[in-house]
Formats: sequence, C-alpha cells, structure tokens
Amino acid sequence: MRITLRINGEEHQADCWEGESLLFALREKLGFPGAKNACEQGECGSCSVLLDGTLVCACLVLAAQADGHEVTTVEGLAEGEQLHPVQQAFVDAGAVQCGFCTPGLVVATADLLSRNTSPSDDEIREALSGNLCRCTGYAKIFDAVRRAASA
Amino acid sequence: MTQTVRKLQLGKIGELVPRADAPPKVKGEFVYASDLIVPGMLWGHTLRSPHAHARIASIDISQAVAMPGVHAALTHDDVPGERLYGLEFQDQPVLAIDRVLYYGEPVALVAAEHPEQARRAAESIHVEYEPLEPVADMERATELSELHPDKPTHGHGYLDDPRPNVLRHIQIQHGDVDAAGDVVVTGVYEVGSQDQAFLGPESGLAVPDGEGGVDIYVATQWLHVDRAQVAPCLGLPLSAVRIHLAGVGGAFGGREDLSMQVHGAMLALHTNRPVKIVYNREESFTGHVHRHPARIWCEHRATHEGRLVNVRMKILLDGGAYASSSTAVASNAASFAIGPYESPNALIESTAVYTNNPPCGAMRGFGAVQTCFASEAQMDKLAAALDIDPVELRLLNALAPGDVLPTGQRITGSMPVAETIRAAAALEPPPEEPLPRDVLRLPGGAGNTTNGEGVRRGVGFAVGFKNIAYSEGFDDYCAARVRLLTDGSAEVHCAAAEVGQGVTGVILQVARTELDLEDVRLAPGQTATVDSAGSASASRMTWMAAGAVRDACRAALEEQTLRPGEEVDVERIYRHAATTPLDPETGQITGERAHVAFAACAMKVVAEVDVDLGLTRVVWIGAAQDVGKAVNPQQVEGQIEGGTAQGLGLALMEEIQTRDGLITNASFTDYLIPTALDMPPVESVLIEDPEPDAPYGVKGVGEPPTVVSTAAIVAALRAATGRELARVPVKPDDICLGSETETG
Repeated sequence: MRITLRINGEEHQADCWEGESLLFALREKLGFPGAKNACEQGECGSCSVLLDGTLVCACLVLAAQADGHEVTTVEGLAEGEQLHPVQQAFVDAGAVQCGFCTPGLVVATADLLSRNTSPSDDEIREALSGNLCRCTGYAKIFDAVRRAASA
Repeated sequence: MTQTVRKLQLGKIGELVPRADAPPKVKGEFVYASDLIVPGMLWGHTLRSPHAHARIASIDISQAVAMPGVHAALTHDDVPGERLYGLEFQDQPVLAIDRVLYYGEPVALVAAEHPEQARRAAESIHVEYEPLEPVADMERATELSELHPDKPTHGHGYLDDPRPNVLRHIQIQHGDVDAAGDVVVTGVYEVGSQDQAFLGPESGLAVPDGEGGVDIYVATQWLHVDRAQVAPCLGLPLSAVRIHLAGVGGAFGGREDLSMQVHGAMLALHTNRPVKIVYNREESFTGHVHRHPARIWCEHRATHEGRLVNVRMKILLDGGAYASSSTAVASNAASFAIGPYESPNALIESTAVYTNNPPCGAMRGFGAVQTCFASEAQMDKLAAALDIDPVELRLLNALAPGDVLPTGQRITGSMPVAETIRAAAALEPPPEEPLPRDVLRLPGGAGNTTNGEGVRRGVGFAVGFKNIAYSEGFDDYCAARVRLLTDGSAEVHCAAAEVGQGVTGVILQVARTELDLEDVRLAPGQTATVDSAGSASASRMTWMAAGAVRDACRAALEEQTLRPGEEVDVERIYRHAATTPLDPETGQITGERAHVAFAACAMKVVAEVDVDLGLTRVVWIGAAQDVGKAVNPQQVEGQIEGGTAQGLGLALMEEIQTRDGLITNASFTDYLIPTALDMPPVESVLIEDPEPDAPYGVKGVGEPPTVVSTAAIVAALRAATGRELARVPVKPDDICLGSETETG
C-alpha cells in the first residue's frame, strides 16, 4: 500500500507492506534513519518521534497508521547548522557517548520541555524513564535537560 | 559507509572539550552500522538453534530457496574456508556442522530482498535435531561428558587439567598457603550472567568487490582481529578482506567476538550483492558473549589487628559453549581475586568450564567484577568480626607501590589505593530526606508501595581494581599513521574502535598537543590503511592510542625537518612494557610482570530498602577513581557514571536467565537495565597519580567503576537489612527472606 505523510513539514510517500512499522518505513524507505531500532517492542525509546505532536515509539506504530499524519523526527529539530537548544545542551553537557539512544532522548526532551519549561529533577527522571541509555548512567543527560530548560 | 572525515574541533590533553561526534549524533546524522544502505542491497538473516545441545540429523533448505525474494540459503557446506573460528581458540563453527552446543547457535543463513522475507525463509529451513541432555550446571561440568573432546584450549601453557570440560584451571600459590590467622571469615558468593545490552544491536554490511574480495562495514571493537578470523573462513587472503568501522552503538566487551562478519560476507560473495544483517534485540541476546556467571568460595584469615594473613579463594566460571576469552577471564579473576590488598599468603584457584549455556567472554571488568563482589563482602565480614571500621580495615591492607601481588609481581608504577579509599570515604552523602516525600524518591517509586514505613537506610563501601591493557605475554600494540600535508593540515589514521568511549577525541587531543596544530583530521578506521590498534577493551585504548599517535606525530615532525615543504607520511607502532605468562603450576610471574598497570576505584553508597517488600532505591553514590591523567575530564566522569550504572544493574536487576541452557528473558521487557528512575546522582573525584610508563601518565578509566559499584551497592543493602545477600542480582526475596549476616 502507498502511504502519504508529512515528515518534518514536508510531504513524503512510500510503498509499504502492511506489516511494516513506522520506524521501518522512516529508516529504510523514507530516508530518515535518525530514529533508531534497538528493541522493537517499545521498551527503549530509541525510536521516539512525534506523531501529530504526541511522543510515540515509532516501532509500535504501523506505517499504515501514520498515513495522512504528521511526523517529527530528530532530523527535523535543527535549523540547518543551528542545533535545537536541546541538541546543543546534549553536546555541551557531555550527554552523548555511543549516541544510539541520543536521537530518542533528544526528541523526548524536546517534548518534555514543550509541555513543561522548567521541570523538576523528578519530572525529568520520570519523563525520560522510557528512554534507555547504556553508556552515560543518565547524569549528564539530566544535566543537558536542565541546561536546555534554562537556555 | 561514507562517514565523512571528522574535522578537529578539540583542544589539547587535559582540557574539557566537547566530542567531535556529538553534533552529528544529536542530529540523527551519525551513521551507525544499522543505518547503512546501498543500492541493490539484500537483507541477511540467521537461523539459530532452538536447542542448547542437539545433534543435527539433516538440514533442508529447498523450501527456503524457492520462496519469493530469496537469493541464497547457506549452511556449513557453503563455508568457503575454515569452518571453525574463535577469538583466541578456533573452537566455534561459522555455521553448526553436525551438532549445536548452545541456544541461539547459528545454523543457516538467508539473503532476501526484504528482511521479513529473509526471516520467513529462514523459518522454512527444516532442521532435524536430535536433542541431547545439556550440560547446564557448571558445578557438574567436570563430571559430565566432554563437549569439546579435542580440548581446544589445552597445550597453550596452561596447567594440564584432565577433567572434562575444563577450559582453563589456574592456581596461584603465594607464600605459605596454609598460614593461619587469628580470625577467619568464610563465605560463598554467586554472580549471575550479565549482558552488555549495548543499545545498538549487532549489525553490518558486506559488499563484494567484484574481484572475489569483500568490504565489511561493521560495528566492532577490533578491526584487525576480525579480519584475522574472517579471511580464513572465507578462504581469502587478508588483503582481500577489508574491514571498516561503522558507527558503533556501545560495546562493553560484547563486540570482541565475531557476530555477522563472516555470515554477511558469505551471503555477499554468494549472491554478488551487498548484504546487510541487523540483529533484533532477542537475537542480540544470543548473538554475543555474556559476563561469566560465577560461584566463589572464600576464606579470609587475618590478625587481631586486621592485617590479612592468608586469603584462600576458589572461583568457578561458566564459560558456556565456546571458549571466546574465557581462559583470560579465568586468569584475571584469579589475579585480582583478593582485591587491592596485600596479603603475604594466598591460595587462589580459578576454573572456567565449558557448558551448554550461552557462551561467555569479555564484559567490562573482565573477571574482576565477580571477585570484587565476593572479596569486598569478605572484607566487610572481617571488619564486623574484628569490630574494626570497614574503611580502616581497607586502609590497613591497601596495596601501595612496592607491594607484592599474589602472583609475585611487585607494583612498580602508580597504585594510589589508600588515596582513593580516603577520597571516597571523605565524600559526604546528602542528609536523609525527611518524610513525607514524593514516592519517586522512595523504594518502589511510582509503584506507590510505601510512604516510608518499612524503609531502612544503609551506607556501604567498597574498593576494587583491575589491570590496564592485555597481560600474560600477549603482544599488545597499537599502530598510528600521521600524514603532514603540504597545505599545513594533518591527517591521523588509527584503527582504534570508537565505541562511544571517546577515543577519537583522545586521538585528536594527542595529535593537536604534539603537532601544535589546529587542523587535524581523523581518517575513518579501517584495516587497509593502517596496522592494528588492538582492541577497544581492557581499559587500554586511551593509553595505547595516545602512545601510538604521540610517537607517530613526533616521528612525522622529525621527518618534516629533514624534507621541508614535502608531504610526510609515517606509521609507528607503540607497545607497552612486555609482560610474561604466569607459571602454570604456581601462578607466579615468570618475568617482571604479568600485568602492565592497575587502576583502582572506591565507592561509598547510600541505599534505602523497603524491608517488607524487598524493594530498593540507591540514593547516592560517591566515587573516587585512580585515573592516571584525565585526558578529557568530562568524558572521564561520563565513564565513571556509566560504568557505575552497569554495576548497579548487576547488583539489582540484570541477569540472563536460563532453563536447561535456554535463555528465558531475551528482551528488554524481561531483561531489565537501569532507567533514569533507577540511577542516583554519582559524585566523582578524579585521583590523578600519573602512571610513569604511560604516555602523559594516563590510565584507562572504563572498567574500575563497574568492578566496584556492584560490591558497594550490595554492601549498602546489607547495612540496611542485615541480610547476607551473597548473590547478585539481589532479588526482593533475598531481602525479605534471605539468611541474616553472621557476625563473627
């Protein structure tokens, strides 16, 4: 089936098999590999994207369900070379090691700060508890969120 | 596969500088192995054994090859060269031949147009198995029938042990092994199998070159050792196999052994199409080695004053179905068994055995994690028996330069154990937070299981150490190549694997420092343009790459003075001081040293435990780590925080569970790793005591926090509960129902 969706503000089309996830379509068919596939069952948050403004795991959404909808991926956050404040904060805080979880965490953090401009430490931890990171122990990620909130 | 050459944005050694790979990573532009796409690419899939131990009667691929979109289905008959490979011993089939020895062992391969076609075609391959009784209990492995009758690890200078399934047995006999003390404490400890659980599953792309050779773009820890294993299996010369580092989503030891390299190349050469293989999470849990489960028996003898007199330990490690690096892990576990303490006498036995459990090998800490958990519990028992403060007891026995290890090796370099202990002990945890509080800051968290009733607080302490770089006579080296171009810029080639630890930043900082030059680029890592860098493991890469890049830069500058105005291109190989093997009978050194250098870490932990429900919350961790010289302090802190988190996982939640050798929790739903809600703040103190023989005085920093944090966290849980907690991960049942700590 052919699906049409808006990704980061632009219309895209792809031919998909009915069983394909939005994550597969984004990564393998639409040229948006920023969202990562690390568990394919909604546990790790590496594939976090916004679907009509709502934070979702793209691995748990069928590509067909996204037909006609709006998707924002990590690739849609920066303005050209100008990093999104959340992205800049992750760089400055040293919150990136292997970076595989980073796109999902950046999208999840941008989503948090769009709803709550000055989250408490507990609110940060709870909001990001669906995004697994194996390298950093989260400390510098929390630091990045606080930096981005005050940027 | 077309990662752009990274341009220098870094400062010099010791400066806090942002990572050059961070901007592409935060933008989603960094190319990981699983992101690779080329035109005409096929998807590979691996059919794996559903049995832990079985004979293969037949394999029928006829249905698979007839399915739509399928281009190849391959079995062991299609392996072009050597049918066995291995990181250190050639004991593992590329594809199972006539038997399978573990759950998830690769049996057949498929390449198809779509990954789902490949998966379904693999499912249609009919394999007739005759299940056999698995050797599932490591304690019985030496009594059961031999899984590897040809004994692949024998005859390599190890103690000859005729028992079945012994991978390696090592004995360290130090001083008078029967020496008696005034007090004796004993204990038996167990460590479950931990998974590296890197976020980026195994993946890679193999591209045939049209002339019989192949380029493999893969997430790995050591490009050249991959090539050394891949080429013989493909029946190709080394020059026809070019391995390129693709973006690596974490490693932690789990990418030392091969995953898709030979498989992808076989499919690519067979179909003459590029083939990509990406494991899913379940496959990743079976697709790499794990941390060895261990059982450790300890007897510590000491004087009334608290000085260790004799430490006797017996360590049993489950190596699983194939050797991987088990022989070295067994040796490391023995070398570092008693912790960073001096004991005039010791008797340490360490045995790794083959079983039909998942193969085990390298994971951050490499044998020292298991023994640290046991020996630190023993030190606390000893402190309690003698009524001495646990920190004082550790200081009383702390190793220092000039002291002698149980292997007979005298410490000649940096070894600031006492400073590390004092610095961690001096850290002040935050005061206990009064009740009521938000449930997120109570054991059980959002489960809302308590308002504070039943919650007890405990403070734990532990110290540990391990070796830096490879040991026991291994020819451990790293190459770097430096080109000084006529436009005034420089290009560095080094095959050191950037696995997330930040070694590319280290390389650029060193080059910038040595060349005093802003414009330095690091070329993509590959086997074809530079010699081996050795493995990104054993906390060695910073030291070794720094040495190689430093030497190559200095040689390039010297060359430039001889030929001004011309392009300079030099390659240099750096080696650390040579090591020699341990005596197979006594475990004593046969030269000056079996290990090159050591790094220690001490931690103080505050934990709260709901003793009614067995739920825990680690409140705060203070760490002091002996780092030599912090090349980039921000990255060093990141290693300490991340390494601590992995130790917290082993302490509280992480275990590969098996039933008769079958993994029962191969998913992130069932194998839990620490989340943002599980990790407390980690306060780090960096102890900079330069390593005299290392470039710039550096030491590795990745492993020591993982070695120690499991022990320190469980010590805090013991303090809170009074339970013995002799097994990790600690389960709620152990807290509610476990045996109580013996006192004295």
